[in-house]
Amino acid sequence: MRRVIATKAARQAVNRLRAARGPLMFVQSAGCCGGSAPMCLPAGEYLTGPGDLLLGTIAGCPCYMDARQYRAWHPGQLVIDLEPGAPEGFSLAAGEGLHFVTRTRVVTGPRAMKRGSSS
Amino acid sequence: MRYAQPGQPGSVVHLSARYENFIDGKWVSPAKGHYMVNLAPATAKPICEVAKSTPEDVETALDAAHHAKDEWGRTSPAERARVLNEIADAIDSHREMLAVAESWENGKPVRETLAADIPLAADHFRYFAAAVRAQETKITEIDENTIAYHFHEPLGVVGQIIPFNFPILMAAWKIAPALAAGNCTVIKPASATPWSILKLAEVIGHIVPPGVLNIVTGPGGEIGKALAANPRIAKVAFTGETVTGRLIMQYAAQNIIPVTLELGGKSPNIFFSDVMAADDAFLDKAVEGLVLYAFNKGEVCTCPSRALVQEDIYEAFMERALARIAKIKIGDPLDTQTMMGPQNSAQQLAKISSYVDIGLAEGATLLAGGHRANVGGEFADGYFFEPTVLRGHNKMRVFQEEIFGPVLAVTTFKDEAEALEIANDTLYGLGGGVWTRDGSRAFRVGRGIQAGRVWVNCYHQYPAGAAFGGYKVSGIGRETHQMMLEHYSQTKNLLVSYDQHPLGFF
Repeated sequence: MRRVIATKAARQAVNRLRAARGPLMFVQSAGCCGGSAPMCLPAGEYLTGPGDLLLGTIAGCPCYMDARQYRAWHPGQLVIDLEPGAPEGFSLAAGEGLHFVTRTRVVTGPRAMKRGSSS
Repeated sequence: MRYAQPGQPGSVVHLSARYENFIDGKWVSPAKGHYMVNLAPATAKPICEVAKSTPEDVETALDAAHHAKDEWGRTSPAERARVLNEIADAIDSHREMLAVAESWENGKPVRETLAADIPLAADHFRYFAAAVRAQETKITEIDENTIAYHFHEPLGVVGQIIPFNFPILMAAWKIAPALAAGNCTVIKPASATPWSILKLAEVIGHIVPPGVLNIVTGPGGEIGKALAANPRIAKVAFTGETVTGRLIMQYAAQNIIPVTLELGGKSPNIFFSDVMAADDAFLDKAVEGLVLYAFNKGEVCTCPSRALVQEDIYEAFMERALARIAKIKIGDPLDTQTMMGPQNSAQQLAKISSYVDIGLAEGATLLAGGHRANVGGEFADGYFFEPTVLRGHNKMRVFQEEIFGPVLAVTTFKDEAEALEIANDTLYGLGGGVWTRDGSRAFRVGRGIQAGRVWVNCYHQYPAGAAFGGYKVSGIGRETHQMMLEHYSQTKNLLVSYDQHPLGFF
């Protein structure tokens, strides 16, 4: 199972945004205010380090998350989607009046524990 | 009592259709002429338009701040204190107006803004007025001929980025120490709450010299970097989420400037058995202490969002707490009887709802709430959510992630050691609470929680004079204390020799 995927609407938004702004990256945020949102940034804007996990790519864009945060979240699968409203923090909007969101497909039972401890 | 909505007849808030940036003591239109709509979370309808600024507007604000910085930096502490005290007086004399504006824009109940946000904002300016007047520097006698003098000097121009949960109070936390220490500031309010701080600027803008205080509104993705990465700022302060916090540190590294960051928490609130040793006022206070997770509808970095209840009192204590939670009145934030208003935005509402789903999918038990609240009437489209309680264990995501809403995750513990183990099993370290009648345990557990602020037999008090800030990923630096003057100052050392003789090296 891929750790991160995107809905069709999100992939289309990424393609439109990339055409307008150039290559992009996603970083899953945490903490205060809009902390659960995926931050969409120009590619390379966020300096990743050894503590960051490359979850995968969506529409050709790398998606990162802090590895400790990933262990705490032990998500089954993250799904990047699109919703109306302004983005949080320094994230780019997903288009006029739109922002990216992260949804979770929860995996329960022993598999979830295994995934949580194996990352 | 119910206050009229801004824009309606009888409102204590004068509302214009459109607001500009506040730069150099004047209202300045954004360079590109774009504006964005600011919504009222209680109705999901527009309040007004504000500037949708671009990097050019940040540069204009920085021009003004740099023009003002030398003169402001030279003003005496007495003069800066006079200005801060005048700001405090102006906030006090416009308390109702500011309370209603902040309540309407954020969604927080006006009973909180009237009694907490606005009076605390005023007090914050008075505290730093006093702190800077009383600030002394140190002189060290190195030897009989050599003296080290230490002076505080302003950093110059600072950038400050404000969160949406306390649009005026968090601004006061940042503006007061920056100005007290002799700096000029350029402020970016949260995209979701740009208006009430502009109402504050209407009230206090004339008190500070032009260019000392500048406010530029707009999306973080468009102007955040223009401010935080700007080589013309000498320090950056930010409250918000972790990825933007790291970006800000990264930009600060590129410019070699200091940062202060406050990035949230997942604060444990620990209730030991002895809180139920008597049925008295203290037990009543402890029950309220648990229910304080609903303060500001849970949109607080230090929200006591994890309740740890000793197992032998769990049933009896939670029975009382759930009864109290059931009495929370949700509705019009401008009604002084309302205890919980709407969440700040549709985005927040959707996120909170999704966390409840995640909690239930992971096996948590729903003890209260769990759904969008239907307030009806003119508030039918507002972003209201029921006060919610989930029972589970600390490895669940609802115990690990900051939900930033009225969602309490509750679990039990056997003894003190287990309480601390659960409390500290988190990436965050901003706040915590300890409730016990045992004084020694209160100190022991309070010291044992790895967090910058632990409330003992109280919660959610934010007096100026008590340092506030995070351990672990919750941030760097402290606020609400005179040590902030250090965060906003350079230290100048003059090392002076009285000796008439050469060293003899050359």
